[in-house]
Amino acid sequence: MSILIDKNTRVMTQGMTGKVGQFHTLGCLNYANGRNCFVAGVTPNKGGQNFEGVPIYDSVKDAKEQTGATVSVIYVPPPYAAAAIDEAVEADIDLVICITEGIPVHDMIRTRYKMQGRRTLLIGPNCPGLITPDEIKIGIMPGHIHKKGRIGVVSRSGTLTYEAVGQLSALGYGQSSCVGIGGDPINGMKHVDILRLFNDDPDTDAVVMVGEIGGSDEEACARWIKENMTKPVVGFIAGVTAPPGKRMGHAGAIISGGQGGADTKLAVMEECGIHITRNPAEMGRVMQKILKG
Amino acid sequence: MKIHEYQGKEILRQFGVATPLGVACFSVDEAVSAAEGLGGSVWVVKAQIHAGGRGKGGGVKVAKSLEEVRAAASQILGMHLVTHQTGPEGQVVRRLLVEEGAQIAREFYLGMVVDRDSQRVALLASSEGGMEVEEVAKNTPEKIHTLRIDPAAGLGFDESAEVLRKIGIPEASVAGAVTVLQGLYRAFVEKEAMLAEINPLVLTADGRVIALDAKFNFDSNALYRHPEIVAYRDLDEEDPAEIEASKFDLSYISLDGDIACLVNGAGLAMATMDIIKLYGGNPANFLDVGGGATREKVTEAFKLMLKNPDLKAILVNIFGGIMKCDVIAEGIVDAVREVQLTVPLVVRLEGTNVELGKKILADSGLPIISGNDMADAAQKVVAAARGA
Repeated sequence: MSILIDKNTRVMTQGMTGKVGQFHTLGCLNYANGRNCFVAGVTPNKGGQNFEGVPIYDSVKDAKEQTGATVSVIYVPPPYAAAAIDEAVEADIDLVICITEGIPVHDMIRTRYKMQGRRTLLIGPNCPGLITPDEIKIGIMPGHIHKKGRIGVVSRSGTLTYEAVGQLSALGYGQSSCVGIGGDPINGMKHVDILRLFNDDPDTDAVVMVGEIGGSDEEACARWIKENMTKPVVGFIAGVTAPPGKRMGHAGAIISGGQGGADTKLAVMEECGIHITRNPAEMGRVMQKILKG
Repeated sequence: MKIHEYQGKEILRQFGVATPLGVACFSVDEAVSAAEGLGGSVWVVKAQIHAGGRGKGGGVKVAKSLEEVRAAASQILGMHLVTHQTGPEGQVVRRLLVEEGAQIAREFYLGMVVDRDSQRVALLASSEGGMEVEEVAKNTPEKIHTLRIDPAAGLGFDESAEVLRKIGIPEASVAGAVTVLQGLYRAFVEKEAMLAEINPLVLTADGRVIALDAKFNFDSNALYRHPEIVAYRDLDEEDPAEIEASKFDLSYISLDGDIACLVNGAGLAMATMDIIKLYGGNPANFLDVGGGATREKVTEAFKLMLKNPDLKAILVNIFGGIMKCDVIAEGIVDAVREVQLTVPLVVRLEGTNVELGKKILADSGLPIISGNDMADAAQKVVAAARGA
């Protein structure tokens, strides 16, 4: 088992024919059950063509009707990406994973507003995607660093997720699923939404939660964990040394109005029973200590 | 992207928000003739820098004669204005705003931000005008009234009026203040701001509501569709290293330490700064080369880091995914040969083609210190910076 996706998931790729879309689609096709999982691409006016044998459709609706795909991954360039999410939502896709970085925030406000009351879940934007090792990879992460196992990983950043995964794999701890929720201020699923799923997943034993400065999502998640989580959680927050008012790469990674500092987040997480570490090189070892008792 | 107060007021006026009459000036003579042109008997001379807290730092002066305007402009232009947002070295004042004086009866605070929790634009209003909103939020949070604005319906008259009454706008001036609020919101959405503040919003002696200050920060991801905002950019207000970095699509922030770091990915870049600090060092910068770093980008990144006069050592921390470690290693070798490295360099590579990458570094014959993992690399770079 896993969360959100497994080897039976059927995926369409919006923006498959662009350079970025082609490159990563190939990576996903060649990972585990990818050739069976990735069943459609969507590019307006290119319906009827194919990429690597994957048929292309003009619209999400067409792709869904023709292939039964229930998940969509988006590589569409920033000016058009929010509209691509809207199209998937209107077609009642179950899960949309938006990889695109640099979507204007006001576009995302309008898109999130339109998603209210709809069935679609959103991961991202500006995220690496998600993977269930040895089954399916949807996104841009390097598949080979992952190992099948029973640890869940959730993070706001890309390479820092790989760092956590690399540490776990090196110590022999495989992963049930790894989810990058993205570094933008207005996004879809939050840490707490992913933790809920890991808590309910019988094949996840523990979770590594990686956060960063900005906002208060980690604090909200920590409070939920205190009340509800039955599995151990290891936590790290990037940006202890980040000065206030400076945006650290991600649009969402900024300490503003006295809110969103790493120390506050770590303090709340510790209070709520999360096994925090201030050393990003120790995420795997802290997990090992807990699991070995 | 931040802009100056006088530019912010130009935008506000386009959206029907009243401001004092004023003129942007670049010299003392311009300031005096601006005051003459504005007429009246009281003027305010205001330093135009992007940082807040200008009044406390001596960057805002009231003048009651043209001689006083001249004196104030001479004092402020060219000064190193130090505020709580500029850092100890301050910011050189190159532009002034000369405005007519206002008859202030009361001051209020208005702010708008993109609110992550509600995923909407949030309005913040307070009776405590002129104060830092952070201070008010900390000491008297009950004085801040928040309204999360429905993106489809926009900001309605009744809900605006309700907030304005709560902060103490007198009934006779509520309608005028609603115009300000709605104008601010339209400017915020149409120009795609991340943050906007009118602090203070002023109630004049004759009951008018005007914006005495204007602060905007725009979404850099949306600038491609707002050339009119890009035209407001003032490079003098930005860190030269950060401007240089942006030309090469590098995300760079100067910090005050002496260990430079070059990392792929924003989260890992922050974590690298953190681990340097954790082992007793001081990071000199945040530098994210992104997912698609080329040799050229790596070389430019090295040049940037080497410009720092305080530099004692460099740490490269790469977790290769799409970015292959061998390509990065070649980039590092090229860069080091081109820039003539003067400080110790520690490199930690992990991920795709890592063995190949390490071999390229080892075979290069260059004095590159290899870090086995993040902790090892951080410890080595801190030791190297100390000259150990």
